[in-house]
Amino acid sequence: MNAPFRADGHGHVDRDITLSFTFDGTAYTGHRGDTLASALLASGVHHVADSIKYRRPRGILTAGVEEPNALVQIEAPFPEPMLTSTTVELYEGLVARGLSGQGRLSSEPDSARYDTVHAHCDVLVVGAGPAGLAATLTAARSGARVILVDELPLPGGSLLGSQERLDGAPSAAWVSDVVAELDTLPDVRVLRRTTAFGHYDDGLVLALEKRTDHLGAAAPEHVSRQRIWRIRAQQVVFATGAYERPVAFDDNDRPGIMLAGSARTYLNRFGVLPGRRAVVFTTNDSAYPAALELADAGVRIAAVVDAREEVPAHWRAACDERGIDVRAGHVVTGTSGIERVSRAHVAAFGQGRPGERQGIDCDLLLVSGGWNPAVALFSQARGALRYDAAIGAFVPAQALACVRTAGAAGGNFTLAGCLADGADAAARALSALGRTGGPVALPATDPLPDAAPGRVLWRVPSPRDGADGSHQFVDLQRDALVSDVLRATGAGLRSVEHVKRYTTIGTAHDQGRTSGVMTSGIIAEALGVDVADMGTMRLRPPAVPVPFAAFAGRNRGELFDPVRVTSLHPWHVEHGALFEDVGQWKRPWYYPRAGETMDEAVLRECRAARTGVALMDGSTLGKINVQGPDAGVLLDRLYTNMMSTLKVGRVRYGVMCGVDGMAIDDGTVIRVAEQEYLLTTTTGNAARILEWMEEWLQTEWPDLRVHLTSVTEHWATIPLVGPRSRDVLALVAPELDVDNEAFPFMSWRDTPVAGIPARVCRISFSGELAYEVNVPAWDAITVWKALIAAGDSFGITPYGTETMHVLRAEKAYPIIGQDTDGTVTPQDLGMSWVVSKKKPDFVGKRSFAREENQRGDRKQLVGLLPADERTLLPEGAQIIATSDIPAPPVPMLGHVTSSYRSDALQRTFALALVRSGTQRIGETLYVPLDGQTVAVTVTEPVLFDKEGARRDG
Amino acid sequence: MRPIDNAPDAHEDVLPDHPDFLWRNPDPKPSYDVVIVGGGGHGLATAYYLAKNHGITNIAVLEKGWLAGGNMARNTTIIRSNYLWDESSGIYEHSLKLWETLEEDLDYPILFSQRGVLNLAHSLQDVRDSKRRVYANQLNGIDAEWLEPEEVAKVCPIVNTSQDVRYPVHGATYQPRAGIAKHDYVAWGFARRADEYGIDLIQDCEVTGLDIRGGRIHGVRTTRGDIAAGKVALAAAGHTSVLASMAGLRLPLQSHPLQALVSELLEPVHPTVVMSNAVHVYVSQAHKGELVMGAGIDSYNGYGQRGAFHILERQMAAALELFPVFARAHMLRTWAGIVDVTPDASPIVGATPVEGLYLNCGWGTGGFKATPGVGWCYAHTIATGEPHPYNAPFTLSRFTSGALVDEHGAAGVAH
Amino acid sequence: MQLIACPWCGQREETEFHYGGQAHIAYPEDPYALDDEQWAQYVFFRDNPKGPFAERWVHSAGCRRWFNALRDTVTHEFLAVYTGATPPSTTSTAPAAPQRKGQEASR
Repeated sequence: MNAPFRADGHGHVDRDITLSFTFDGTAYTGHRGDTLASALLASGVHHVADSIKYRRPRGILTAGVEEPNALVQIEAPFPEPMLTSTTVELYEGLVARGLSGQGRLSSEPDSARYDTVHAHCDVLVVGAGPAGLAATLTAARSGARVILVDELPLPGGSLLGSQERLDGAPSAAWVSDVVAELDTLPDVRVLRRTTAFGHYDDGLVLALEKRTDHLGAAAPEHVSRQRIWRIRAQQVVFATGAYERPVAFDDNDRPGIMLAGSARTYLNRFGVLPGRRAVVFTTNDSAYPAALELADAGVRIAAVVDAREEVPAHWRAACDERGIDVRAGHVVTGTSGIERVSRAHVAAFGQGRPGERQGIDCDLLLVSGGWNPAVALFSQARGALRYDAAIGAFVPAQALACVRTAGAAGGNFTLAGCLADGADAAARALSALGRTGGPVALPATDPLPDAAPGRVLWRVPSPRDGADGSHQFVDLQRDALVSDVLRATGAGLRSVEHVKRYTTIGTAHDQGRTSGVMTSGIIAEALGVDVADMGTMRLRPPAVPVPFAAFAGRNRGELFDPVRVTSLHPWHVEHGALFEDVGQWKRPWYYPRAGETMDEAVLRECRAARTGVALMDGSTLGKINVQGPDAGVLLDRLYTNMMSTLKVGRVRYGVMCGVDGMAIDDGTVIRVAEQEYLLTTTTGNAARILEWMEEWLQTEWPDLRVHLTSVTEHWATIPLVGPRSRDVLALVAPELDVDNEAFPFMSWRDTPVAGIPARVCRISFSGELAYEVNVPAWDAITVWKALIAAGDSFGITPYGTETMHVLRAEKAYPIIGQDTDGTVTPQDLGMSWVVSKKKPDFVGKRSFAREENQRGDRKQLVGLLPADERTLLPEGAQIIATSDIPAPPVPMLGHVTSSYRSDALQRTFALALVRSGTQRIGETLYVPLDGQTVAVTVTEPVLFDKEGARRDG
Repeated sequence: MRPIDNAPDAHEDVLPDHPDFLWRNPDPKPSYDVVIVGGGGHGLATAYYLAKNHGITNIAVLEKGWLAGGNMARNTTIIRSNYLWDESSGIYEHSLKLWETLEEDLDYPILFSQRGVLNLAHSLQDVRDSKRRVYANQLNGIDAEWLEPEEVAKVCPIVNTSQDVRYPVHGATYQPRAGIAKHDYVAWGFARRADEYGIDLIQDCEVTGLDIRGGRIHGVRTTRGDIAAGKVALAAAGHTSVLASMAGLRLPLQSHPLQALVSELLEPVHPTVVMSNAVHVYVSQAHKGELVMGAGIDSYNGYGQRGAFHILERQMAAALELFPVFARAHMLRTWAGIVDVTPDASPIVGATPVEGLYLNCGWGTGGFKATPGVGWCYAHTIATGEPHPYNAPFTLSRFTSGALVDEHGAAGVAH
Repeated sequence: MQLIACPWCGQREETEFHYGGQAHIAYPEDPYALDDEQWAQYVFFRDNPKGPFAERWVHSAGCRRWFNALRDTVTHEFLAVYTGATPPSTTSTAPAAPQRKGQEASR
């Protein structure tokens, strides 16, 4: 297809490169540098999609991110919903369709990469238009570190869309000079195709860089598709420009109706004529250059309809020169057309009421209701806005200490003003940083007469009887009408935010860029209040829609959260272990042999530990080294039991409670030396407990001379368990006297194991004779393999966390976090023995005296034996008193915390927290399952080796 | 060109219209029987049930901004009752039952959609905690089920139930009666009914002081003048501490930012509500087609109604772990509410040491779903001076006795 | 994301820190002299002001040290960062000058 609306001699697109694309099933071509919208317009396509509610044809209203209408669904090369065709850079092979409402997500995985980069600078300038370039140049020449971000592929911003000249030459010359100079400065970074979308605390500006979107299927796979820049800026200059505002009139939504400035952009940036015969409807001067430039490029301007009574003489003269009919004091009251506007209805606009209407044929209706500064980012920075009645827009009230606007973003709409304002904003930013920048010579602009004031006009009263505003669109994307706004105020709504929710205005992708201020104006008119008091809709981050995947960046899959593995991990993988996630750790869960079920594997592992010898990787236990003269004092205050009396060479089990008296962690403590302890925490709590200890030490007892260090990663820990563990240890630790008297329970020895210096503790989490071999993580595999080799003849068996859980449950050793839930005290766990009676105080003790803690019917840890010894109670099952299940709510006595099949007991068993549990030993209670109940006998929690005979082998 | 007055039947992605009249905008009267401070969902529901259930209509609801513009406008509208403890499931289930008839009761299209809620489990301990909650729910008469991963995939096919991901889905609890509603519609439904009862809804009216004499409340001072009141009921969520301090009360509350976001409108992909506490994301697809998502709370105290960017980054990463299909959905808007969090993640509803001053706060991230239930119970408490059985456990004194209702320890899913 | 001036390390991203709630809540001299209500005040009740708030942070992914900050809970502005027992009477927005390592956090 050729492009009948391409204007020769205009635009920055590369006409040597032709790109083929498909829209709504039809093939078209465009050029490198086009957007999808400009390519469509060049081909004469205005109707992009039908509207969401009324299914009316809709076209292209704007040339940028403010587009409310022309949404597309990308279908190829990869589906992406809801992009504005005005911001999609054209690429070869693009397939898109117009979107009415809901977009479509691909069910195929997105294989594109996304990433995130940090950047820091003295001055960040957002926007590479005249103000932004002047600001950047000023800041950059001072030697400051400067970042300039701009959403377009080319620098220049609004200059790309106008024919205004600088220093008597096309502005592109100045722009390229500036950019060339910036490129030579080492501390200046210019980011193109990069849209700042968020301003967060302390100068954090987020920007999205589209790195390969414009390459389509040719995008290299190794380059991230999009990148989020996290820019920390000391000073920020938002030179974000302004968005043109439409005026509401009847049937103001037809394709072919476009904002005047956007039409100018299509001509000057893209070399596209958006129509052949245009009517221009304006309330201000800014539409005149559009009309004149389009006229000069061959568009017949049928009329300029100016709502003002007076048209500035120079604009009238310029129009006269070209034979353009200028109708002052007139408005467009409505339009006709089928798929596209074919006629504008024009009427004199006297005392706020339109007079007799007259039709003017056209295929393009350009509208300008004035300009709204782009203040979304400034607002996000908590910059206050004020209503400027002269321009009918909200502008920054004043600069913040670190954030300012420049140019049109601050309500400065002339080119000379924007340039000067940009330079000034940068100078102020530099001054705030204590820097001085020399004055920068700004280019001369074309001499222009002073701008005449515009007329603030939100809508043209509808000439239709009894249908006031019911054909006047405010939010084109949401199909919301002036009548909807009036219905909202009639319903009693007085707040812009209420009207927004009532009408859904401003809730689409564009956040009401072209409709928000108009809405405030219409509400204010309806209620007879000042727009300034009305305020405007809150603009929320992100300022432009950002793909979820860009936010996620590289934090996907394996990188979503760090995977922590022990130094023995490869061995576990090699030997077929299945893994359990515990916090960030991968822990071996069990080691199934070929054809084994989990139950079979776990029973086998348990049997090995109880009858022979078994070993596991316990390296994930948190380990905290505590050193200093007051180490014992600190531990006495944090553990429920006494640690200062622990002798060097001995080990003690301990429990920590929160201030509320609830158990938060447990583990062993060994006294390494007079002033040194090493304690272990549960795997998932290691970091939390270190922080907890530091908090008390630093903020409550800074007088204590203690230092804490995590040594979790330094030590590999290998529990060696079972009646034959002593035999195995003796083989690999020849220097160690393993005799029970020489190396008694709850003591530790430093000794070489398999030739590696090791610390061996005689502790047991299974009730069996057991050792815990601690070696530097680097040497763990050597020691592990040596233990396996030495234990080979005893049938040594590696076991995982599941077997560990079974073994400990048979002995009623609780798992904090499984058998407790933050509401359980050590006493509830039957561990009053671990709560010191001697110590005057420790963290949590005072709470034991509270009313609730004194109740006789607290929930306590007990054992449960199902009547049928094959019945495995589900963990989490609730316990009731009766064999019949009464109608809900059923009184519940507690729940099953742990439940296993036991090889040692040759039956199933469970641990449970049961109300008044210790008084119910011997009672029969019931566990409802699938509408039935299972009878269970309440027992002492310890079910195996109650006398502890196995501990010493 | 299709004429507007001959529009096709409302599309599924177009919401029902609001009524032509919502409420008057009265000036405050000098005196009311009850002044409710806070015109959010809870305050409006309380006013409504005071009138409907107790015949008290000489009420003002004072709102410092615009009605339902606080957390009511900022939450992710999840409604469920599958809480662990009897106390919690009691009041939330009461609320859910009210939700089930609320549309007729209010004669307002609140778009209550019982599409079910999945709470995912990502670790063996999650599985234990989840099943514990399911068993407890069932005995409390709440529809709760445990689903294995393949059943999760049936309920919500877009959840990634592959076991080959960083934190695989081990299963989920499922409450079929749970769902979502449209928050503005709910709030406005209550507001319109309250207005019909003659209750004064007074906006732009910030309470600046409490008139307390002799241990009793006599009224409030506001930016629109002093207002006398027989009883004053606080329903101000994140701002409760500020108000309570005017009465000299210090509460076990901390106010935090909580962020949420929406995507563009999308063709239906997500039939239910999915919550994952372990990876901190919860998401549904609202009526028009937008994905509505919430994150974990920002850690620090904050009244600024904005949170930090890294929370959103984390949330998106988590969302894509669970829903790879969302990769090219776009984040359209984010916002933050101010949630008032108690030490046990359960609310405080009841009397205060000041006679005639009542407290409803501490709903943290879960207040929306409680809206009708707490309105009902709080109204009962205010009208009778005695707590309703459903809010009786949620006293301030539980922090002294230690009888907490600890909903984060075991269930961990407070949203 | 706030930029927080750790007294020892200087300005770092918020993600490196953990929040510690209200500052200057001393562990009671004698918990057993308190009645349950007074004890509950210590355990569960904290100020929650809208505006300047003396609070604690720990540079958990950095030097692991606790410090205090006076921060505005509305603007998130750090009014002061300090290690002493009371907030400095400054309302300056400048972060406290980094102190030498080795100086004790005094609370």
